[in-house]
Amino acid sequence: MKDTPLSNCERDFLLKAIEEKKRLDGRQTYDYRKIKITFGTDYGCCFVDLGQTRVMAQVSCELVAPKESRPNEGIMFFNLELSPMASPAFEQGRQSELSVKLNRQLERCLRNSKCIDTESLCVVSGEKVWQIRVDVHTLNNDGNLMDAASIAAISALCHFRRPDVGIQGESVTVYSPEERDPIPLSIYHMPISVSFAFFQQGTYLLVDPCEREERVMDGLLMIAMNKHREICSIQSSGGIMLLKEQ
Amino acid sequence: MTSFSCDKHRLHREGSMMEVSPSSTVSFREFGCEQTLLSRPDGSASFVQGDTSVMAGVYGPAEVKVSKEIYDRATLEVLVHPKVGLPGVRERSQEQCVRETCEASLLLSLHPRSSLTLILQVLHDDGSLLSCFLNAACMALMDAGLSMSCLFCGVTCAISTDGEIITDPTAAQEKESRALMTFAIDSKEHRVMMSSTKGSFSVHELQQCIAVSQKASEKIFQFYRDSVRRRYSKNL
Repeated sequence: MKDTPLSNCERDFLLKAIEEKKRLDGRQTYDYRKIKITFGTDYGCCFVDLGQTRVMAQVSCELVAPKESRPNEGIMFFNLELSPMASPAFEQGRQSELSVKLNRQLERCLRNSKCIDTESLCVVSGEKVWQIRVDVHTLNNDGNLMDAASIAAISALCHFRRPDVGIQGESVTVYSPEERDPIPLSIYHMPISVSFAFFQQGTYLLVDPCEREERVMDGLLMIAMNKHREICSIQSSGGIMLLKEQ
Repeated sequence: MTSFSCDKHRLHREGSMMEVSPSSTVSFREFGCEQTLLSRPDGSASFVQGDTSVMAGVYGPAEVKVSKEIYDRATLEVLVHPKVGLPGVRERSQEQCVRETCEASLLLSLHPRSSLTLILQVLHDDGSLLSCFLNAACMALMDAGLSMSCLFCGVTCAISTDGEIITDPTAAQEKESRALMTFAIDSKEHRVMMSSTKGSFSVHELQQCIAVSQKASEKIFQFYRDSVRRRYSKNL
C-alpha cells in the first residue's frame, strides 16, 4: 500500500500558514496536543493518545543468561513496531529507515541514559538475570510517533511489576503473583522525548508536529530530557544547521 | 475540527439453558465494541470480550503490488500482531483462518486489481482470541463500508474434562479443557464458515458444539445490530 502523495497546494498552504505563525489545528508554536495515558488490565500495559496519534506499550520479563561482558546486569530490549495499521505507508517488513531511526532513539533515550537500575535485575551473577522487553506498537500515526512512544515506554516501565524470586543456594524459584506480590522496577528518572520540526531552512520551528506538518518539514530535532533538566539524548536529522540560540 | 462520534456499546452477561443438552449453557462474558476510533485507517473497530480485547484496522480498496494482483478480484491480506514479540507460526495460522472467512463473505469481485488489508492487534488475551479476531474483523469491515454478502461472527467452545461445553472460555478454562473449538458462523443461514479445533472429541460432541455456537451467534448478531443502530441514530 502506498500513502496518498501530498499535493503542491497543500504543501504551499502549510508553509505559508507557518510563516504567518498559524498551525492547522490552531495551536501555538510551543503547544502540545492533548495527551491521554491509560493503562491496561495487566501490569506493564500502557496506551498513549497524543492528539490522534495512538501507541501501545507492553513490558514483559524473562529469566535469561546475562551478557558475558556484564554478568551482573540485567538486559533491556526495546522493540518499536511500525504497524501497518498506523499508516498505509508502513509495510510489514521492518527495514524502513524511519523504524530504525525511532528504535535507535528509543534505545538511546531509555537504555543509555540509565534510567532503570539494571544491577537490581540480577538474580544469580553470571547465570540468571531478568531480561526486560519493551514492545511498542503504533496504532495510529498522526505525527510525532517518537514522543508518544517514549511516554508510553516509560509509563509502561513504571507500571510494570516483575515476579518475586527466591534464591536457595543454587536453585532459583520464581513466585507467581498469587504467592508473593510482584515488585516494581527501580527507576531513577523518567526521560521524555520532545520533537521540534524545522521549516524553511531553520527559520521556523514547531513543537509536536502533526502528520501534515511532518511531511513538509525540512528537519527534525528530538531531545530527550528528564525532570532534573538533564538532557538524555539529542538526535538531529534533515541536515539543518542550527545556531546555538535556537 | 469535527471528530467522529465513537460509540461504545456493552452487552451484559446472560446465562440461559439451551434445549440442546442439559449440561451446556450459553453464557458470554461482557461484550464491548467501539467503531471508528483510529483516524488513518479506512475502517477500524475494537472488540472486547470480558478481558480479551482486540483492535482491527482496515485499509482498502487501495493500490496493489503487481506481483500480488488478481485480475478479477481484490487481494485480501490479513496481518495479526501479537502483543509481545514478533509474529510467528501461530499468528500465521490465525491469519489464515480469518482470511478464509473474510474472503467467503466479502464481495471481492467488486474491486478487481485492488488490495484490502486487515490488521489485527492483540490488546489483551484472556481466552477466545480467535473468535474475538473474527468479531473485530467483521465490525471493522462494516465500518470501512466494504460490501459483504453476509456478516460473520466467531464463537469459541471448550469441552471440559467432564464433558461440559463452555462457550467463550477464559484463558484458565481453555487451559484445563479437553478440546477447544472456534467456529465462524454466517448471519444469513447460520451455517459454519470456518472451524478451527484443537484436542480430542467425539462426533456427537462436535455436533453439539456446532448447535450451541449457532444459538450463541444469534446473540452476537443482535449485538452487532444494536451497536450499529445506536451509532447511526445519534448522527441523524
